[in-house]
Amino acid sequence: MISYLASIGVTIGIYALLALGINVAWGLTGMINLGMAGFFALGAYASAIATTSGELPILIGVVLGFIFAAGGGLLLAAITFRLRGDYLAIITLGFSESVRLFMTNEIWLTRGPDGISDIPGPLRGELTPRDFNLLYLGLMIVVLIVVVILLRNLANGPYGRALRAIRDDDVVAAVAGKPVGRLRLEAFALGAGLLGLAGALFGHYHSYIAPDMFLPLITIYIFLALTAGGPGNMLGAVLGAALVVAVLEGTRFVHDVIPGLSIVQVAAVREITVGLLLILALRFRPRGLVPERPARSSELGLSTPRRNR
Amino acid sequence: MELIPQLLVNGVLYGSLLALPAIGFTTIFAVLRFPNFSVASIATLGAFAGWVANVPLGLPILVAVVAAFVISGIVGVLADDIVLRPMRPYGALTTAIASIALTVVLENMIRFGFGNDLRGYDLPLVRDWRFLGIRVGPQQLENLVLATIIMVLLFVFLRYGRFGKAMRAVADNPQLAALKGIPSGTVTRLAIFIAMGLVGVGGILQGLGTAIDPLTGFRFILSIFAAAVVGGLGSIPGAVLGAFVIGIGQELSLVILDPTYKSAVGFLAILVVLIFRPEGLLGEKRQ
Repeated sequence: MISYLASIGVTIGIYALLALGINVAWGLTGMINLGMAGFFALGAYASAIATTSGELPILIGVVLGFIFAAGGGLLLAAITFRLRGDYLAIITLGFSESVRLFMTNEIWLTRGPDGISDIPGPLRGELTPRDFNLLYLGLMIVVLIVVVILLRNLANGPYGRALRAIRDDDVVAAVAGKPVGRLRLEAFALGAGLLGLAGALFGHYHSYIAPDMFLPLITIYIFLALTAGGPGNMLGAVLGAALVVAVLEGTRFVHDVIPGLSIVQVAAVREITVGLLLILALRFRPRGLVPERPARSSELGLSTPRRNR
Repeated sequence: MELIPQLLVNGVLYGSLLALPAIGFTTIFAVLRFPNFSVASIATLGAFAGWVANVPLGLPILVAVVAAFVISGIVGVLADDIVLRPMRPYGALTTAIASIALTVVLENMIRFGFGNDLRGYDLPLVRDWRFLGIRVGPQQLENLVLATIIMVLLFVFLRYGRFGKAMRAVADNPQLAALKGIPSGTVTRLAIFIAMGLVGVGGILQGLGTAIDPLTGFRFILSIFAAAVVGGLGSIPGAVLGAFVIGIGQELSLVILDPTYKSAVGFLAILVVLIFRPEGLLGEKRQ
């Protein structure tokens, strides 16, 4: 039971990281990233390949996962940042499908549809499965705390204010002298990097990854987490992730409530539930469970405006 | 080996399948200014509506195509009214995300009812025709003719009918159109009905060549988006041109690429066009 709860905790942690990654781009700058599955996969594969075929330490693999995904994000954003948001939506969706095709086909590198197995996890050999789950949960919590603190400082500092200014009105931000293009690229790449980090941690936890694990459906889960938690809000992203995992785990019991459904139908009911919840969340809670507070001028360090004569 | 001519012919045939849903996607973009990702499940819906008419009900394929058009159109309008329209004040991107959620819901409703099994249509088995070493399936030719007829009808309807003018007016400036007494709500609904109907027809035509399952629509949305973006988002003639560019491009890519990468060609085409000509081949220039 403890092992089960710990594994749910790890899943929540990974979803929370994904939500935070999306949040940097979407919640703070209003840039949409529908290619989440692609960056998630990129991080997972980079780290898995580095630590299996490459025989590098796990920590380096995880860092590589971050770097590869961030680099991919930078490239995509650089191509589209002059265009309106709808193009980024289509491009990122196409990117994630292309990544999946690549992972399926380049068997020499990724072992194709069979996936990569025996990905090392920290102390996996020395610990019982239960202790391993608990250790990993602990690691996950540490990573999350560090990421949340870093992002919070970023979001509340001058950098975050500049990003939110771009989200709310990029023309005004540009007139105010903010380097809109560069900030957008950086925020998007940072977000993509966090998605890659989540992917790397996902791979080392499960010890096995395959292209089928990175379907676009996960984008819906994470947007639900983010919308329910409140876009632009770091803590909300974590709460939202917990909510989504609760829904996903809860719908496993649909079978007990409505007997006679096939496995396919139970899975369909789960996806319908998640889809409907996202629609309802978008419609009735556009600011989430933990809304972003409008900044007060005293917090911005402006105090009362003074006249200079 | 007549490889290149054969690939060109295949490309034109595939392009004609892509053109209808690409017109649908781009029309909705022109009128409502958001990428409606629910075209994936609507294409699947069209394929399944046609299958129900054709196999359990035993109706001819032509009737099945009409059924696909009508059912997809109606569901498209209802889904927009219930789910997407209330989302529009929150902005185009929120609406786009909602349209993904919508597509997940619709696709899984189909999966709930029909399962994941592959289903085929009730078609007579016919031998492929050969001209000068080029092989063409009669069904593919029928699809090409059907798609062409639908496109010509649509063109005439939009170019010369009052509706086409009203739709362009609403797309240009909804407030101004309303001031002129154009019922923009009705025009928008009719535009969505036609657009989603075409997406549904695209779904069934795609299914006729192979078999269908709940992922039928999803598998070819990347090519649909690519066609619309390459042609210029919001431009109907652009979507047709884009569909043939993508169709032929995907087939010609077989000369150098593994067939499994076919759908990634669409993605590459989007990137190339966005780098060199962001407004698309026939799109309007933006400031």
